[in-house]
Amino acid sequence: MTPASNRKLMAIQVDPTNKPYFDAASEGRLLIGLCKDTNKHFFYPRGCSPFTLSPNVELVEARGTGTIYSFTVMRTKEPFSVAYVELDEGPRVFTNIVDCDLDALRIGQKVKVVFKPTQEGSPPATMFTPV
Amino acid sequence: MSIKGKGYIVGAYEHPTRLASDKSVSQLHAEVAWGALQDAGLSKDDIDGYICAGDAPGLGPLNIADYLGLTNLRFLDSTDVGGSSYLLHVAHAIQAIALGRASCVLITLAGRPASEAMATGTAPRTWGVNVPDDPFEMVYGRTVANAYAMVAMRHMYEFGTTSEQLAWIKVAASHHAQHNPHAKLRKVVTVEDVVNSPMISDPLHRLDCCVITDGGGALIVASPEIAKSLKRPLVKVIGAGEATKNQAGGYIDLTYSGARFSGARAFEEAGVKPSDIKYASIYDSFTITVLCQLEDLGFCEKGKGGAFVSDGNLISGVGKLPFNTDGGGLCNNHPANRGGITKVIEAVRQARGEAHPAVQVKDHSLVLAHGTGGLLGTRHGSATLIMERE
Repeated sequence: MTPASNRKLMAIQVDPTNKPYFDAASEGRLLIGLCKDTNKHFFYPRGCSPFTLSPNVELVEARGTGTIYSFTVMRTKEPFSVAYVELDEGPRVFTNIVDCDLDALRIGQKVKVVFKPTQEGSPPATMFTPV
Repeated sequence: MSIKGKGYIVGAYEHPTRLASDKSVSQLHAEVAWGALQDAGLSKDDIDGYICAGDAPGLGPLNIADYLGLTNLRFLDSTDVGGSSYLLHVAHAIQAIALGRASCVLITLAGRPASEAMATGTAPRTWGVNVPDDPFEMVYGRTVANAYAMVAMRHMYEFGTTSEQLAWIKVAASHHAQHNPHAKLRKVVTVEDVVNSPMISDPLHRLDCCVITDGGGALIVASPEIAKSLKRPLVKVIGAGEATKNQAGGYIDLTYSGARFSGARAFEEAGVKPSDIKYASIYDSFTITVLCQLEDLGFCEKGKGGAFVSDGNLISGVGKLPFNTDGGGLCNNHPANRGGITKVIEAVRQARGEAHPAVQVKDHSLVLAHGTGGLLGTRHGSATLIMERE
């Protein structure tokens, strides 16, 4: 049993384009991009479609559930898990798996979103925990 | 239009230092440039093209060309795609030569991450300001090591690759490094040594990771006319490919690299196939980097890399594909955290027949060098060169 550490998190660099995503995270909502030309979701959010480059995109709320596509446990200092989670909508997002036994993690495991505070004045980080 | 046969690598020099606490980065650039000129038998004023990447201080082609006193430049490039940059630079140099825009192009790399006590792979590190993906990753403690570790984890899951198979890559590199007096790690290691070394980021152990070293290297690429006027063995570039791999809007697939594209382009231009290659320099930031690229270059089927690298198949004189006979980034040198130039340098040594006698391949008619710069699996520059001994 290796409990996930509660690392101190760095502030997130919010810019004018990604601000709506982080504002929603502050309200406990996970948003992802939707390309309205192809009706395909994407991540990370941006002001253009990574499929067509068209500006015909919007942010939509994700269900907040998915499965672990790959992960690792970084063991050089206090151990924590970095992972790619495949959202139910399709995109695979870079994240941490938290509030869990790091030794029990496996690819294919079901997870759900949690929001973890970072720094004063900075939005929370979107993380995942086993269901 | 092809670059096949339009340019030769006439100068190649690797700085012998691995810890340069007494030298500046610019001075290291100067020392490798001088070394390559000496190797080629050229002088400074023969150089009419200069290429460097992000390791060069300031605005590289301005500040370093100034430091070096290069006054005859009519071709400049500073394409930066991390460690793969210098392989791509060779191809860009030949494009310029083929168009008559240059005749003799110098490429330099230098840096001192060891002197600066940089935790290259295990501390969060980014590539500059306003990088659009950083706000979605850096807070999660992204490091080079954990990004590559996830590629290894997925490869193991999909294909049954084992830590012992990855370890064979380090073992092979160490067998070569024992003959290199400049190598940072010269001790021959076993599979057990690798898998019993401390875990850095599951499933990558300390010995799955490359070294952190100061130093640098330089290359000189010249026209056929100049190459044939010099006294050095002729190493002709016959194929080159470049590519990027990106995150596809989040539909990432960690199991392959851009080598799939840059390799195919280089082989097509050269008119040869992987089984024709006698020696390969393969970028080795981590053991998994080598495994993934060998598959994507076509040396074995996707997913079969683990079996391919096992039992010494990459050891010169033992296996079918001798690789990184200088000890590579895993044991010898990874100057400025960018291993691309040393990949080309050792391939040139092999093609010339000037590698260490204990690791020199007998038939050195056709060699390959390949680099990945950035994060394996998700976003990187990829460059492949195929060279023929004329």
